[in-house]
Amino acid sequence: MPELIQPNKNKPGQHPIIPTNETVELSESEIKQINDALHHVPFASGASIDALKIIQQHRGWVSDACLKALSDHMKVSTADLDAVATFYNLIFRQPVGKVVLHPCDGISCDLMGGKKIRKCLSKKLGIGNGQTTADDQFTLIPLPCLGACDKAPVMIASEKLFELMDENSVANILKDLSSKAGDKS
Amino acid sequence: MSEQQAPSNPLTRFITDDENCWTLEQYQTHGGYDGLKKALTMTSPDVLETIKQSGLRGRGGAGFPTGLKWSFVPQGDDAPSPKYMIVNADEMEPGAFKDRWLLEKSPHQILEGLIVGGFTLQADIGYVFIRGDYYLAIERIEKAIQECYDAGLLGKNIQGSGFDYDIHIHTSAGRYICGEETALINSLEGKRANPRAKPPFPQVAGLWGKPTIVNNVETFCNLPHIINFGPDWFKGLGRCKDAGTKIFGVSGRVKTPGLWELPMGTPIRELIEVHGGGMCDGYKLKGYLPGGGSTDFLTEEHLDTPMDYDEIGKVRSRMGTGTIIVLDDKYCPIEMVINLVKFFAQESCGWCTPCREGLPWGVEILEKIEQGRGEMCDIEQLEALTRFAAPGNTFCALAPGAVEPLQSALNYYRDDFIKHIEQGCCPYEAGEHNHD
Ligand SMILES: Cc1cc2nc3c(=O)[nH]c(=O)nc-3n(C[C@H](O)[C@H](O)[C@H](O)COP(=O)(O)O)c2cc1C
Ligand code: SF4
Ligand code: FES
Repeated sequence: MPELIQPNKNKPGQHPIIPTNETVELSESEIKQINDALHHVPFASGASIDALKIIQQHRGWVSDACLKALSDHMKVSTADLDAVATFYNLIFRQPVGKVVLHPCDGISCDLMGGKKIRKCLSKKLGIGNGQTTADDQFTLIPLPCLGACDKAPVMIASEKLFELMDENSVANILKDLSSKAGDKS
Repeated sequence: MSEQQAPSNPLTRFITDDENCWTLEQYQTHGGYDGLKKALTMTSPDVLETIKQSGLRGRGGAGFPTGLKWSFVPQGDDAPSPKYMIVNADEMEPGAFKDRWLLEKSPHQILEGLIVGGFTLQADIGYVFIRGDYYLAIERIEKAIQECYDAGLLGKNIQGSGFDYDIHIHTSAGRYICGEETALINSLEGKRANPRAKPPFPQVAGLWGKPTIVNNVETFCNLPHIINFGPDWFKGLGRCKDAGTKIFGVSGRVKTPGLWELPMGTPIRELIEVHGGGMCDGYKLKGYLPGGGSTDFLTEEHLDTPMDYDEIGKVRSRMGTGTIIVLDDKYCPIEMVINLVKFFAQESCGWCTPCREGLPWGVEILEKIEQGRGEMCDIEQLEALTRFAAPGNTFCALAPGAVEPLQSALNYYRDDFIKHIEQGCCPYEAGEHNHD
């Protein structure tokens, strides 16, 4: 496989992609969970999404090396796994920060000032959509309608829904989340 | 026992202020699982006949009669097996928030519907295909499934009926197209969520090639009550032709946005002005999408239209999910359409050209107009685009749905388009909610 080009490490919000010749081994608990998922489906490929999610749950994202390890374990080609991985919004093929912020960019939120909230988040963190802060705390990935349109504008982060946000609440929410992210590391 | 007398709010009578109203214990004290228990004393064909007679139509957007859809599933000893029954809980339609509420507040009602459905078609396995971002809902559905197993409502020989049935949960990895029923089936098979060509229809060859039924969360919620209180009661609930109640919602700049269970056929005016509390002070109604982000705009003149599939069709929009998105007079309608078409462009599965290429092209033209660089011929281009993406030209209903708000905006807000082009800027620029 050709060497991947190393992106400029000094560029804010960008991560080096690990070279594909690096190998990783799946952990025991990953293998156990993946085998559980395989148990439920008539064909191994049927567990692709679940398996990718399991990897991500353990490692935060799915690297090329993980994809290779998964492929070896499941006997599903890396191309097929990557086709699935790149299709879905919630599978990350790049490293993400400790907390992924999902402000809603659906229409009901935007009617209620959602754009302002997203701008405010972006400005406070100094990153654009899809980017990660230099300290690896936050990644910003807006998502479509989060199903809480009567509480607009809203955001999901750390499996929690923040409702009726305004520019004043953004700072507090970030402070709260970053202290929790600190606990994790 | 007053609750056992036919209720007028079957879907929400279980939802109380109590944090734990979702639990099996509370659900059962309000008559939960009575519908299932009654169904288990009937024959499967009788249950199907009851559902057919009720006139229940799918609540996921298209309004297809549920009983009719189910009648295509092969039955009898030589029917393929296993058979699958799937709850479509992948809610992601812009402006739709009813399924999340039902999932969080009344998971057992959905499971009861799924078990009744399974019994009706003698299915073997039920799935809840749920949006991955709905964390609380996932947690509660998981717990509720466990409670069912513990109480003998799932598993082998349910309630001594001889009927075996299991339910699994699949949390989606996130894409709007997963809500399309054949794409959902592909996703459940671990594939990219591209829709499938029909025929064969999923009722005959769906998940893993076996007979499969996919219905919306709210559709399933209705089933136990139809069995419990009868099809005539159900038909009597509606205010027009359509049977039953519906979870309606209003979002946007109204005083009290929210969700309410009301009779089918409730007029739009009542929803926006009474339940939604009317427009916020300082804002006027400019228009609304009656059934979520993929339905055509309607305006003030249509306010007295009942929320009934046929009646809304007559004024050339759709009931969709029954969740109204209100556009106020300070928000640029073109900006609203950009938001929507961008969403659909982003969520296109990429299978067919009018959708994959046409929608981003539409966004480009709309942004050009919004930024004051538009020309009159752009309006014609947009109109052409809505025709390219019309039903029949694409593989699934995503692209046709995407151009519904666009084509109706071109109709009702044409002056706004022209003003943008003539003035060379957005006339709403001064509005406090745009562009800042
Ligand atoms: C792009 C697209 C997205 C859809 N998303 C959903 C959805 O999130 N939930 C849903 O119930 N139906 C959705 N549908 C409709 C389903 O294809 C299907 O018609 C529905 O689940 C059938 O259930 P019902 O008859 O109970 O409404 C979607 C359709 C399309 C074309
Ligand atoms: S209309 Fe769009 S979403 Fe539907 S199949 Fe075609 S490309 Fe995919
Ligand atoms: S549009 Fe943001 S929650 Fe629905």
